[in-house]
Amino acid sequence: MQIKEELAKRILVIDGAMGTMIQRHKLTEADYRGERFKDWHCDVKGNNDLLCITQPNIIIGIHKQYLAAGADIIETNTFSSTSIAMADYDMQSLAYELNVAAAKCAKEAIRQYKEENPSSPPKFVAGSIGPLNKTLSLSPDVNNPGFRAITFDEVVEAYYEQIKGLIDGGVDVILIETIFDTLNAKGAIFAVKKFFRDLGTEELPIMISGTITDASGRTLSGQTLEAFYTSVMHAKPLSVGLNCALGAAEMRSHIEELSQIAACYTSAYPNAGLPNAMGEYDEQPHETAHFIEDWAKEGFVNIVGGCCGTTPDHIQHIAANVKNIQPRPLPVVESTL
Amino acid sequence: MPTIKPYLRLSGLEPLVVRPETNFVNVGERTNVTGSKKFARLIKENKYEEALSVARQQVESGAQILDVNMDDALLEGVSAMTTFLNLLQSEPDIARIPIMIDSSKFEIIQAGLKCVQGKCIVNSISLKEGEAKFIEQAHICKAFGAAVIVMAFDEVGQADTKERKIAICTRAYTILTTQVGFDAQDIIFDPNIFAIATGIEEHNNYAVDFIEATREIKRLMPLAKVSGGVSNVSFSFRGNDHVRESIHSVFLYHAIKAGMDMGIVNAGQLVVYDEIEPTLRQLCEDVILNKNNENNQATEALIAHAETVKAKGKVEIKDEAWRNETVEKRLAHALINGITDYIDQDTEEARLKYARPLEVIEGPLMDGMNIVGDLFGEGKMFLPQVVKSARVMKKSVAILTPYIEQEKEERKQAHLAAGTANEESAGAAKILMATVKGDVHDIGKNIVGVVLGCNGYDIIDLGVMVPADKILDAAQKENVDIIGLSGLITPSLDEMVHIAKEMKRRNMKQPLLIGGATTSRMHTAVKIAPEYDGGIVHVLDASRSVTVAGSLLNKEQKKTFLADLKAEYTQLKENFDNKKPVKQYLTYQEAVQNKTTINWQDYQPTQPSFIGDKVFEAYDLNELRDYIDWKPFFIAWEMHGNFPEILSDKVIGTEATKLYNDANALLDKIIAEKWLTAKGVIGFREATANDDTVTVIDATKNQLVELQFLRQQIKKAAGQPNLSLADFILPANIQVATGKKDYMGAFAVTIHGIEKYIQQFEASHDDYNKIMLQALADRFAEAFAEVLHLKTRKEYWGYAANELLNNEALIKEQYSGIRPAPGYPACPDHTEKYKLFNLIHVEKNIGISLTESLAMYPASSVCGWYFSHPQSQYFGVGKIQTDQFNDYSKRKGMQTAEAEKWLRPVME
Repeated sequence: MQIKEELAKRILVIDGAMGTMIQRHKLTEADYRGERFKDWHCDVKGNNDLLCITQPNIIIGIHKQYLAAGADIIETNTFSSTSIAMADYDMQSLAYELNVAAAKCAKEAIRQYKEENPSSPPKFVAGSIGPLNKTLSLSPDVNNPGFRAITFDEVVEAYYEQIKGLIDGGVDVILIETIFDTLNAKGAIFAVKKFFRDLGTEELPIMISGTITDASGRTLSGQTLEAFYTSVMHAKPLSVGLNCALGAAEMRSHIEELSQIAACYTSAYPNAGLPNAMGEYDEQPHETAHFIEDWAKEGFVNIVGGCCGTTPDHIQHIAANVKNIQPRPLPVVESTL
Repeated sequence: MPTIKPYLRLSGLEPLVVRPETNFVNVGERTNVTGSKKFARLIKENKYEEALSVARQQVESGAQILDVNMDDALLEGVSAMTTFLNLLQSEPDIARIPIMIDSSKFEIIQAGLKCVQGKCIVNSISLKEGEAKFIEQAHICKAFGAAVIVMAFDEVGQADTKERKIAICTRAYTILTTQVGFDAQDIIFDPNIFAIATGIEEHNNYAVDFIEATREIKRLMPLAKVSGGVSNVSFSFRGNDHVRESIHSVFLYHAIKAGMDMGIVNAGQLVVYDEIEPTLRQLCEDVILNKNNENNQATEALIAHAETVKAKGKVEIKDEAWRNETVEKRLAHALINGITDYIDQDTEEARLKYARPLEVIEGPLMDGMNIVGDLFGEGKMFLPQVVKSARVMKKSVAILTPYIEQEKEERKQAHLAAGTANEESAGAAKILMATVKGDVHDIGKNIVGVVLGCNGYDIIDLGVMVPADKILDAAQKENVDIIGLSGLITPSLDEMVHIAKEMKRRNMKQPLLIGGATTSRMHTAVKIAPEYDGGIVHVLDASRSVTVAGSLLNKEQKKTFLADLKAEYTQLKENFDNKKPVKQYLTYQEAVQNKTTINWQDYQPTQPSFIGDKVFEAYDLNELRDYIDWKPFFIAWEMHGNFPEILSDKVIGTEATKLYNDANALLDKIIAEKWLTAKGVIGFREATANDDTVTVIDATKNQLVELQFLRQQIKKAAGQPNLSLADFILPANIQVATGKKDYMGAFAVTIHGIEKYIQQFEASHDDYNKIMLQALADRFAEAFAEVLHLKTRKEYWGYAANELLNNEALIKEQYSGIRPAPGYPACPDHTEKYKLFNLIHVEKNIGISLTESLAMYPASSVCGWYFSHPQSQYFGVGKIQTDQFNDYSKRKGMQTAEAEKWLRPVME
């Protein structure tokens, strides 16, 4: 697999925020709907994943900005493209199609970019699988803490459909990201394993990225970082890492810990700092890049990039700052106690 | 470079790594319906919450893994396992350790695996039904990431001898590691612990068989682990726990030395090997190691001894020191640790201690929840624990509620008896929650809902992406007591501001809670709180919501609470406005680079109908009258409000109408008697831009005039340009490259003739009409500017020939193109007026002169630039930095002192 060869050679850069970039286009309800959904029965503004179908050129354009900024891996715009999350817009039946369309947007962006930059190093599409808006480990009902709004089987089914769409659309890697409930992520891993077992082909590499939500240093579902890693390592992932919720400054100790315990490659794509009092991310590209450069020098990371609030500018700075730094070597996994 | 050891790694909320030095892992066994009568009864009676206390007791007693078994013919195993494990996940003090899902039915195991986020152990799979089934089940366990216990059981049966145990385990190991791809360290063998001392001689060596098989298995497969159900070994001593515990300790002492890694034990009842009474210990040794046991001698001896030792009082290995504290401290301890065991008695004690039951809630319980909130804020507690605390709170409140109701009833009766009305309303306070429009994040909101619900509030949850109208309609229909808004993404902040405004417009009175990841106290104070007077509270996290809701719903506290908060927010806003700490500036060069992006290639500027000037000598005042914007007229009279609504305003409507009628009467007179003359001039020229300099070609004089503009320098949000008016003129390089021509316009209007009438009014001391006339002259000048701009757009320049806008739309500036005035926010340098005046000969054409301070005379005059590009917009330059100041004064050829004088208002 080409991505493994690249990871052995250098630190790879993953792209930055999609939502931040979409916001810049100041799209209206009508833009979101496009021609096809002009009569849709509920509002769809804010359904960013839908743009892969209604405004593919905007999405391709954003992907290309990130490629030009130096991203080696771009994420499909499919964070919420599951039948479960799409139910918010009554668009559950579109889940498969959204994933295919999103993967194609990303592939097309790379095709165009390579045409314009024939000497470009290889670029990869990561199929983004988000955390869902329903959790398997927490009850939404106070009087019944044992209640769950969704079942494991339903989660697996929704993720299975998403994975099928992503793979039919041509992604290179599966990226299970922004995990705040590990059981949801285990559902996604289960679905990936099942999909490839059913298909009878070799698995695509899986990237896993969890989210430490607050000062307790735990996931939202209450796990410590090591407990989280232990719970997902059966995926035999290409990489494990952290994204979202924290800025690079707050993420440092966690990514350091992860780099010590992970048997696979490590990834980290923080937010552009913490939001300021006005809810805006104002950490400057060179600042984010400075933090990440430090991680790279310390040998914590193999894949770096940005999450909420980061822009092509951030990615460009990050890419430039880590360019000549050796990647974290894979740890030696011993075979005796 | 780190190295990673092949340890067995498990997890609950926290990791459990089984290292060689770990010695022995206790697996708590009491949450097993086949092993614990109490647990079985609770599950059968559907008392799951109480059954959790069995699990908690195991954890508190030192269990490192919790075995859960629901195998009972009378139970629906799948649903019992699912219900119990889901419930258990909400108990962070239990869920912190890994779970061992124990069943002989694989469907129950699968059901359990679907409920647990951590890495579990499956107990167990075996070769009992052949290799195919074994492999299939192992694959499923692997897909869930679980470790497995493999029973030494094959197609023939359960292994009893050392040799069979070793043979079956070795075979299973090979299949798992080579065919299924299992990690060796995730394989745990259970080589079967059978009961000894049964009186049947063949059983006497079972403990030895287990111990010796363990030794060999660990030698052959060092990464694999060995486990077993320890209490089986003492089965024949049922009813004599004291002896059983001793047997277990002695058995484990030897098995662990042989390599046993973990065992299912009653974690609370393990005695320390060295503490066993020596006689008993020796007898146990003999029985377990099958020594001195010909003709069951050792067995008989132990049975005989067992009769003499009655089960001695068990010492609970539980730290109960906190029980000796005051009731307030005990309640706090229970809240912080989420312990419900004593909440009934402690609540009752507190109720008796305090004068009123409500004081228990407002006193010790709220104090405890505040500590929880602080610990959470400091990262010393995490969310599931907070939810847990809230549930303890709920239990306590539930105990107090009947007394509170009773007290209310008594007061009501007293009121009735006394003939005074009762104001206390019945029923729980209602809190409405919603994630605002455009935002689909609701986990935080759900948690707040849970926590508040626990505290006895009635929660109405409208879900996600709820439009403002729906939230407020529901709030009014349901007559809720509090509204809570949540949002995670940045645009939600604006939506919250909007909702606050709407609440004010609707005259609502309910307090509004603001929460969610992007919200902040600062944003709430600066942007939301000023919009609504009914009380706005930013709630940092779920745990704080309880105290906030409590304060808002308590009639005595509410006033002070909101007043204090208002003072705090006002202070915050003042600090924010004064310090403006978030303002960051770009260098001038960076700001220029971030100019407005305009696609000039695809844009064709419109050529004006003439190049040069056009003068209007005496414009028809009747026509201008229709374009008067009345709002500033009323503001001039210090009457604020929109026109025409102001005329029917409840407070000032009568006065406003009178004023309006007087103004119109005067207007009639002004027009009929030709008091005033409206004069104006407009002009158009070719223009090109070079960064912030616009070069205007004045063909009439065959010369070039360079206009200088200022550029916004504040750091803008991503994708937002740093504006300068020069951005809206075709750049010189594009003009050269494409040959396209762009244009700029200028205008000035004035109202002459006011002086004579002012003097007359002054002479007759008629201030009212004097001010009225001044105000109307100003309105005429503004209306004239508006009319000329309209005609310019549609006719003289003609770039918006098809524009159709009514007066209201004009006032709202909904037209294309702009007419900014020198000295105003978009071009704050007044001295550029000189250039404007020269360019279109303002003084000569229409008789306006400039004072020393660059004010225009007559006072009712307006001048400005015309820009036609559709992207041109009004804006404020804001503060500029020294680098731009230096560049600007150099471009203008102005001395620093002179430039400072004129630019002071925009200097940081």
